[in-house]
Amino acid sequence: MENLITRYRNVTILVAVLFAQVLGLAVQVKRSTENEPTRLIRIWAVNAVTPFEKVIVWCQHGTASLWHNYFYLRGVRQENRDLKAEIQRLRIEQVRLSEDAEQAHRLQALLAFREQFISKTVAAQVIGSSGSEQSRSIYIDKGAGDGIKADMAVITSDGVVGKVLRVYNSNTAQVLLIDDQTSGVGAILEKSRLQGVLRGTPAGEVVLEKVMSDEAVQPGEAVLTSGGDRIFPKGLPVGTVSKVSPGSDFFLNIRVKPAANLSKLEEVLVVTSVEEKEPAVNEAGPMRAADILAQRLPSVPEKPATDASKPGATAGAATIVQPPPKTAKPGTAGTTNPKPSMAGATQSPAGGPTAKPKANDATVAARPANAAPVTTKPANGTTLKPENGAAIKPATEQKPAPPPVKVSDQMKAAGNKAEPTLPKPKPQPAEPQSEPAPPEDKPH
Amino acid sequence: MPITYTSQEQVEVYRFSIPAAILIPLIAVFLQAFVPLKLAFFSIFDLPLLVVIFFAVARRSQVTGLLTGAAIGLLQDSLTHQPIGVYGIAKTVVGYGASSLGVKLDVENAGSRFLVTLFFYIVHEIVYFLVARGLVGLTLQWSWLHELGSALANALLAVALFALLDRFKQRT
Repeated sequence: MENLITRYRNVTILVAVLFAQVLGLAVQVKRSTENEPTRLIRIWAVNAVTPFEKVIVWCQHGTASLWHNYFYLRGVRQENRDLKAEIQRLRIEQVRLSEDAEQAHRLQALLAFREQFISKTVAAQVIGSSGSEQSRSIYIDKGAGDGIKADMAVITSDGVVGKVLRVYNSNTAQVLLIDDQTSGVGAILEKSRLQGVLRGTPAGEVVLEKVMSDEAVQPGEAVLTSGGDRIFPKGLPVGTVSKVSPGSDFFLNIRVKPAANLSKLEEVLVVTSVEEKEPAVNEAGPMRAADILAQRLPSVPEKPATDASKPGATAGAATIVQPPPKTAKPGTAGTTNPKPSMAGATQSPAGGPTAKPKANDATVAARPANAAPVTTKPANGTTLKPENGAAIKPATEQKPAPPPVKVSDQMKAAGNKAEPTLPKPKPQPAEPQSEPAPPEDKPH
Repeated sequence: MPITYTSQEQVEVYRFSIPAAILIPLIAVFLQAFVPLKLAFFSIFDLPLLVVIFFAVARRSQVTGLLTGAAIGLLQDSLTHQPIGVYGIAKTVVGYGASSLGVKLDVENAGSRFLVTLFFYIVHEIVYFLVARGLVGLTLQWSWLHELGSALANALLAVALFALLDRFKQRT
């Protein structure tokens, strides 16, 4: 026996080495790889290779940056002009899209729909790949030190790239690309709204599976993430349908051309935080150009309230002390147009209401300081609307403001009482931030 | 055909310095992982395999050849996301086979190197395919056209690469 092993020593060693590797493979395949810690040999291999890659990438980018930013500036002026024109075009498009978005937000709010927002991303550079056609993965220069964790989505400005598979150390992580055969992305077709699973093939193609063969799918249709995999936020571009053919088992064979160029990745974004929240609705609707203009133009300095209470200035009339002014951002969620046009009552550009006393009578300008919606009701005079009132109409649909309510008229109606009664604001669900002050100057 | 049968006494056995023996496989694995990012077509090459064949043929020791193949293969496996050992097994077989062939044949000239690399690339792909499909359960597609094209490309590269690596050889 001993002679046999000695005689076939080389073959024995070969069999032993192969057996050990097969055994190791069997153990790895049997165990679940999801929660398994990263093997030491992987860490060693990655730590041996990635430093060189980082140095080369750093040198390459440094040289390219030096060349492009300091030497090769040909065509920059033309590019600048083109970009300015592009900005103008995009601004016009933005106006149109923002109105659509507002409408969509309002509808989503009605349905209590919760949107997913990419709230934080980390930019990373691609420093290496697996080096194998059967394993389509890349290495990035960000790791645990930058908040990268497994199963985080990786995207570019063009579309989805993949997900973080493993985090090796503080500055290295492995990303599984969407064209790998072990990857899977929940996807939806943009027009037909058909959902499927996006997978890679051994040949490196990307296919959309689980779409029934009786559905009509056209080449060129965009494919987006569906959000069903709980990794990729909904609505990210994945690619476009390049070929549709009947597949096996009553499903279509849909080939997808990835939106991101997976073979030439240089920089990627890792989505480190996704928030789910209900869409914020701008209750005020679109802001009128006249309002924006009025805010920007200089206004007449307002007279202090005490001026109006001087003897003689308001004979036979009551003055109302304005509530403390507070700034309000126009156009933000929950605020309204801060420029209600009320005769005799003006508003400072900052949003604080002021009272302009006239010669013989005082007008009432009561408004919450936080630029809450102001609507006018002819029956009660000036009223306050709740801050979160849902019945606020856009500025373009606001009714014309009724004439100001004169305190002297109310005095007449109240039987010429000694003290004028102020119109009480409507009860608000939110705590009013300003109370109308009592009149300082009582008529004698 | 430049392949000639050589007796055991006639063949020259080479050795390599420790830095060369460590750095050449590391550089090969590094280039294999880095260059495809810039040149996508480079992924059809298998530089670590060429290094395994070169070391095995030059050393002409079966044990050293299979151990070198196993080490380089496992290193290559470590950079993928698949179970470790698929490349290890394939390159172990190639290392053993190439060193066995190197004992019997003179593979110092370009023609023999081309043919040896062509042959062992196919062997490597077949073993990889069988292991990946049979043991790991990966879905792989075998295409003779693709494999032969890759084998030809690797064989051509091997001729140039082996000539470069000959500089690191040391006579025993």
